[in-house]
This record gives sequence, C-alpha cells and structure tokens, in this order.
Amino acid sequence: MSELLQFLFSGVTIGAVYALVALGFTIIYNASDVVNFAQGEFVMLGGMITWFAHAAGLPLPLAALIAIAATACLGVAMNKLMIEPARGAPVVSLIIITIGASIFIEGAAQLVFDKQIHSFPAFSGDAPIRVGGATILPQSLWVTGGAIAVFVGLWLFFTRTLLGRAVLATSNNRLAAQLVGINTTFVMTLSFALSAAIGALAGVLATPITLTSYGVGIGFALKGFAGAMLGGMGNPKGALVGGFAIGMIEALTAGYLSSQYKDAAAFVVILAVLFFLPQGLFGRTSTDRV
Amino acid sequence: MKMTPKTATLLVLAALIALTPFFFPSGYYYRVGALLFVNGIAVTGMVILTGYAGQISLGHAGFAGIGAYACALAPVHWGLHPALAVILGAAISAILAFLVGRPILRLKGYYLGVATLGLGILVAMVLNNERQLTGGPDGMAVPELGLRALLKGWGLTLSNGEFWYFFCGLVLLVGAWLALNLYASPTGRALRALHGSEVAARTVGIDVARLKLQAFVISAVYASVSGSLLALQNKFVTPDVAGFMHSIEMVTMAVLGGVGSVLGAIFGAGILTLLPQVLTVFAEYEQMVLGLVMVLVMIFLREGLLPSVLRKFRGKDE
Repeated sequence: MSELLQFLFSGVTIGAVYALVALGFTIIYNASDVVNFAQGEFVMLGGMITWFAHAAGLPLPLAALIAIAATACLGVAMNKLMIEPARGAPVVSLIIITIGASIFIEGAAQLVFDKQIHSFPAFSGDAPIRVGGATILPQSLWVTGGAIAVFVGLWLFFTRTLLGRAVLATSNNRLAAQLVGINTTFVMTLSFALSAAIGALAGVLATPITLTSYGVGIGFALKGFAGAMLGGMGNPKGALVGGFAIGMIEALTAGYLSSQYKDAAAFVVILAVLFFLPQGLFGRTSTDRV
Repeated sequence: MKMTPKTATLLVLAALIALTPFFFPSGYYYRVGALLFVNGIAVTGMVILTGYAGQISLGHAGFAGIGAYACALAPVHWGLHPALAVILGAAISAILAFLVGRPILRLKGYYLGVATLGLGILVAMVLNNERQLTGGPDGMAVPELGLRALLKGWGLTLSNGEFWYFFCGLVLLVGAWLALNLYASPTGRALRALHGSEVAARTVGIDVARLKLQAFVISAVYASVSGSLLALQNKFVTPDVAGFMHSIEMVTMAVLGGVGSVLGAIFGAGILTLLPQVLTVFAEYEQMVLGLVMVLVMIFLREGLLPSVLRKFRGKDE
C-alpha cells in the first residue's frame, strides 16, 4: 500500500509538470489553432535562465522571476516573427514551423548557455515528508500546488475578467470577436506571453527534481502534447486531467511493469483513448462544415 | 513531341542521378548522394500520404526502423538473405500500417499527428529497450547485401560508394515511377479528391477510409525500404533511425521541397541532406540554421521550395 502511495506521489509530481505544459498548449491552441511544439523549450528556458541568473549571484526568487519574464518576451517574439506571418497556413506547415522554432531555440541554448546538466536548490529544503508510509519531497508540493494554482488562476481569468472573456470569444470565433471590437492580435500576443510564462514556471518548479539542460524541451513538449490531446485539445480542464493522467500512468508503469517502458505506457494509453474517443476525454465532437 | 509531366519528372531524375557523378570531386560525394536517394525514397512515400491524400504522419521513422532492423536481425536469426530481409521488413511495416491504420486514420489534423507520433515512439522504444535482441541504443551490425560481389562476378566492378549511389538511385527511380503512376491512376485521383474535401469525396462514392489506409500502407512500405537501404549501406543500425527526429526530418524534407510533387519532395530531401554537409564548418550553428530554414521556408514559400521557385520563373516568362 505504501508502495502504491509512493508511486502515486511521484506520478502526481511529474504529472503536474506535464499538466502545466499541457495548459500552455491549450492556451495557444485556443487563441490561434496552433499547436506550439516549442512549448517544451519554454520549460527548458525557465530552468536554464534561472540557473544562470542564480549562478551569477541573484537570489533564487528574483532569478526565477527574470526567467519567467524573459521567456514570456520570447514567446511574444515567436508569435510576432513566426506565427503571425504564417496565419492561415495548413496544419503540416504550422507543425513544421513550431518544431523548427523548437530546434532553433534548442540550438541557440547550446551556444548561449552550455551543454551541462544543471539544478538549483529546492525551495523549502530536501527533507522528505512522511505520509502514510511513503515520502514526498517538499518540492513536489511546490510543483503540484503550482499546477493547481495556475489552473485556478486561468479559470478565474477566463470566466471573471473582461480580457479573459475576450480570449475565449476569440477562440470560439475569431471573425465574430473582431466584429464586436476585440483586438484579436493582442489576444494572440497575450496568449503566447501567458503560455510561455506558464512553461517557464513549470521549468522553475521542476528543475530541483528533474534537473535541466538545453535538450530537455522536446521530451516535455511530447508528454505535454500527449496530455493535452488525451484530455481533448483546447480544453483547460482536459489539459489538467490529461497531464496528471500521463504522469500517473508513467509512474505506475515504472513502478509495477518496467521502468524502461514508462514512456511507452503514456502513448499506448493515448492510442487506446483516441481509438475509442477520437476527440480525447473532454473534447467536443466536431462537425465539419461543408 | 509533348512530354507528360510524369515522363519529364522521371527523365530529370534519371539525368540527375546519372550525370551528377561527373562533377564529384571525390568518392565521398557518392556516399552523400546515396544518403540523399535513401531519404528521397522515404520522402516519396510522404508525397503519397501527405501530398496526395492530405494525411499527416509524425511517426513514419517507426517504419524505417522496422525496415532497418529487419535487415539486421533476419539474416542473423533466421539465416534469411539480406535482400529477402528488405522484403520481410516491408511486409511487416505494411501489416503494421494496415492494422493500426484504420482506427488511426479516422483522426484528423493534430489528433492524427499525436497518434502516429505515439506509434513511431513505441517502435523506437522497443528497439532501444530490447537489448538482447537489438543491442539497445548502441545499435547492431548489419550483414553485407552481397549484390556488389555478384555484379563483380558479371564483370562490373564498382567501389562501395559507387555501388550504393547507383543502386539507391535506381530504387528511387522505381519508387518515383510507381508514385507518379499512382498519381495518374483512378486511385490517385480519388486520393486527391479526398485531399480536397473528404465530405465531397464521400458524396461521390469514394471509400474514404479504405483509400486513406491504402496511402498509409504504401507510404509505410516506402519508409521501410528506405530504412533497409540505409542500414545495409551503413552496415550498422541504431534506434535513431526510428526516432522522433527522423520522423520530423521526413515530413520536413517533403514539405520543404513541395509535398505536392515527387520531384519537389526529393528536392527537399536533397536540401536537408546537403545542409549538414555544408554546415559542418559551422557545426555549432547547425541546429540553429536547420530550425531557421524550416521556419523561413514555411512562412515565405508555403507550397515548398520547388513549386515556389518554378512559379517565379513562369511569372517572368509571361
């Protein structure tokens, strides 16, 4: 029993990171119908910039803040330079553009930073907390709390603020949103900034546990993408559940079946879910307009 | 005499394959050329799947992995001749594509993307993890094809590089010929119809599910053969051949050059094969440049390089 609990704890921890990445995917997808494969690079940048700023002598909270702000700016730049000019391009082209951006950022990170693996100290120490025979690291609580806080924050933003509703309106119907006076270009910019900041936050929170290096982005991107798809693309609740589910499946597979195939389990489940629910767990059934 | 686009494409391709070696400064270029043709074969499969039928796959490297490892494993374990192993690999790829194709191809756009991505990743993971069989991430040796020795017996002596250059070139030519025939056939027309509008295709009585499956299986065979040839000429194979990055490379090559036409896609394969060779001088910047090229071509030349360039030329003529 304590063994199961232990696996669940590690599943929740890694699942929270995936959920954050999946939320990032969702925000951009809703605003622009683009699946941004560079989402994982935001996580990488969050961790790397924080490490370098911290190593340069800045206190950790300030370093983290700088990392999140810088990554958000990069997200905006990416939108302006790569996504906006490609408006209306087919799905394959958009996939290649964002994967190209991901490869570009990874290549640049090798040059600007280095090729080492880095980590910084956990926020509230490394003393494990004992719960029901299993242990959990304080940093795991930070990550999980972070994911839930971001989700609640987004929910409030999208339902309670005018700006958030403008984003929702844009995702429902871009043209109609423009007609009622919503600045959809600004909504896009905002979405990329928000999404990049959330990715960077995930990197900041996760690095004391998962470590970081220039190449970690693509793994996070694939798992987060899988989580978002599992829940149903474009649905924040789906992204949260999907992300946590992928983390759980991974941890349970690693614990009970085979640690080598833990990455496989997530994709087997996705294939199975998509076979039976082609729109994911929470996705709307789409109808083609002829 | 008026040439059909099909004959023109094949003639251009054959001429390029036959004449380029006259400009090779060293034997090394045969190797680069052979790699280009191997990529060209896989990319021709992507033209059928993405260019004709309009479906995406982010996991076709999985089939290349099956083809490659069939050539590595079957000769050792079952004493199969490597040439037959190529066919075995293609058959396994086709069967796998057939089995998973039907449920997967019901999906559209990004959902299809993630499903094929998962498929490719699963294949790569099996190759990485079944160490006792595949040697794991370190890879394994692949036996000699033996065709070169056979040709020597007939009095045709080729260096290793020359042999693979012309052999892969020939296979590419055959692959392109088949793809172009498919394009002009009723099946090809139906595929293009379904690309234009699935609903419209269905209303005129096209069996959409079966056609998509056909395109998926055919393109899987192309990828598998390309993987086999890569393994056989390297005489070594690692799980990278089935990796995510290889899948992305395939899609990028096809779309970069122009996924609508065989020649365009092969042109894209050429660019992405040659780019790393040119960039070895700036090894540090290789990744950045690759990413940048992908982004810029997709933004400014949406139909791909070759069609966009051709249009420019035509525009000047008029």
